[in-house]
Amino acid sequence: MKELFSFFTDYSFIQNAIIAGLLSSIACGISGTFVVVKKISYLSGGIAHAIVGGLGIAYFLGINPLYGALAFSIVSALLIGTVKLKLKQNEDTLISALWAVGMSIGLIFAYLTPGYNVNLLSYLFGNILLVSSESIYLMLVLDIFISAIVIILYKQFIYVCFDEEYAYLRGIKVELIYILLLIMISLTIVVLVQSVGLVLVIALLTLPSSIARMFSNTIWKMILISIILIQIFTFAGFAFSFSTNLPSGASIILAAGLGYLLSFFIQSFLRRNTIK
Amino acid sequence: MNPVIKLENVSFAYNTNYILENINLNVEQNDFLGIIGPNGGGKTTLLKLIMGFIKPDKGKVEVFGKSSGKSNSRIGYVPQFNQTDKQFPIKAFDVVTMGLGHSKSFLPWNKKSDFGKVTEAMDFVSITDIADNTFGELSGGQQQRCLIARALVSNPGILILDEPTASVDSTVEVDIYKLLKKLNNDMTILLVSHDVGFISSYINKIACVNKEISVHGRDEISFDKISHEAYHGDFSMIQHKCNL
Repeated sequence: MKELFSFFTDYSFIQNAIIAGLLSSIACGISGTFVVVKKISYLSGGIAHAIVGGLGIAYFLGINPLYGALAFSIVSALLIGTVKLKLKQNEDTLISALWAVGMSIGLIFAYLTPGYNVNLLSYLFGNILLVSSESIYLMLVLDIFISAIVIILYKQFIYVCFDEEYAYLRGIKVELIYILLLIMISLTIVVLVQSVGLVLVIALLTLPSSIARMFSNTIWKMILISIILIQIFTFAGFAFSFSTNLPSGASIILAAGLGYLLSFFIQSFLRRNTIK
Repeated sequence: MNPVIKLENVSFAYNTNYILENINLNVEQNDFLGIIGPNGGGKTTLLKLIMGFIKPDKGKVEVFGKSSGKSNSRIGYVPQFNQTDKQFPIKAFDVVTMGLGHSKSFLPWNKKSDFGKVTEAMDFVSITDIADNTFGELSGGQQQRCLIARALVSNPGILILDEPTASVDSTVEVDIYKLLKKLNNDMTILLVSHDVGFISSYINKIACVNKEISVHGRDEISFDKISHEAYHGDFSMIQHKCNL
């Protein structure tokens, strides 16, 4: 036991990985819940991929890629939100366009950056062992911000997600709340960049919360269950990748996928028992 | 007395097709207006114009003397049934509480004064016993009552219902209409329905909407005439009488 403890304290990258896992679970559980109940996983996927553009530009300018991701996440949330609200018919096409154009911008800027940078790959597919202390602070700040948004706007988010028309009737600023929801989701994607990466992030946003929905009768319970599930999947995946030397992001997503499958069996088993 | 709802020469088009053209409508206080017409005839569009979800291309819509959307806090609305997500994790009580929401509803917990109002509204439609159940797991009739309670909890001056009985069985339907009749003493009611014969015993005015509108008082309601106007054709109708 003492050896295990010293193992954690001696290797600061493992400490960082564990803290990063805990911090990402909070943001991801909150935003994932709203992605699932509002059915905007495609839109969130679009934002995630568009953020690659920000990473590429940041590389090119020689600043911390996470700040590039942060700036691009807010811009793409505003862009997709406005597009969805103003041009309802072409929403699908426009999200796909932003998705691909964002990635292309990122790849072109990464290509233009002198010296090939392998790190870009770790932002696409995540590597929880590479999380720096600076990133941990950024994640912490984002977590506090996201938690504050959801506590203050809890009811308004639920009204807009459950019934937009009734929310409008009650004088709620539906469009503003919707955009804030997208910004919250984009910031969460930035938090998750290092643990699972931009390409895989959509699975960690949707799978745990979809499981949580099967066992929840309120949004805050769904958030709480999501957070716990994300922690389980993250650490199961992390432990698996650490012992087998396989990529951590992919391992975490596989753990989530397995959990999702398992939850179907549990649910159908429970249902069969209640019918009896 | 000024009408509660007033539409003057209102036209509305999706793309280039007029859904509603040159609509004039006055709804007086405590009217019970039945709105009938074929699918795609513009019934729901008419309701959306009144609540300001959409703006007219021509003409003006006034509710309580203000332009549409400005008096929405005094409107209760029961949307078409299948619009709600049955998997949404929310309790019946919280759905009703939404009827008290406003742009400054911050923080997750409810005000004490809201509890009383919500319980009262749920009691009125007799669903207090299922307050803690998940909304999506309730029967169609219970869900519909829940949505009616949500519309009533803010004590509105106008109640607008879009096919409230489309997905419930006939005994529940009778209950809901009885409830509306009782509410009509305190509020103006607008009700969209397919069931021409059935609503005629509750309403005092009927509006046939099919791109244009024609409104009749209760005493001029004649089935043949109305069905002809609303559906542009004669069709047979089975009349039924209920002891209500």
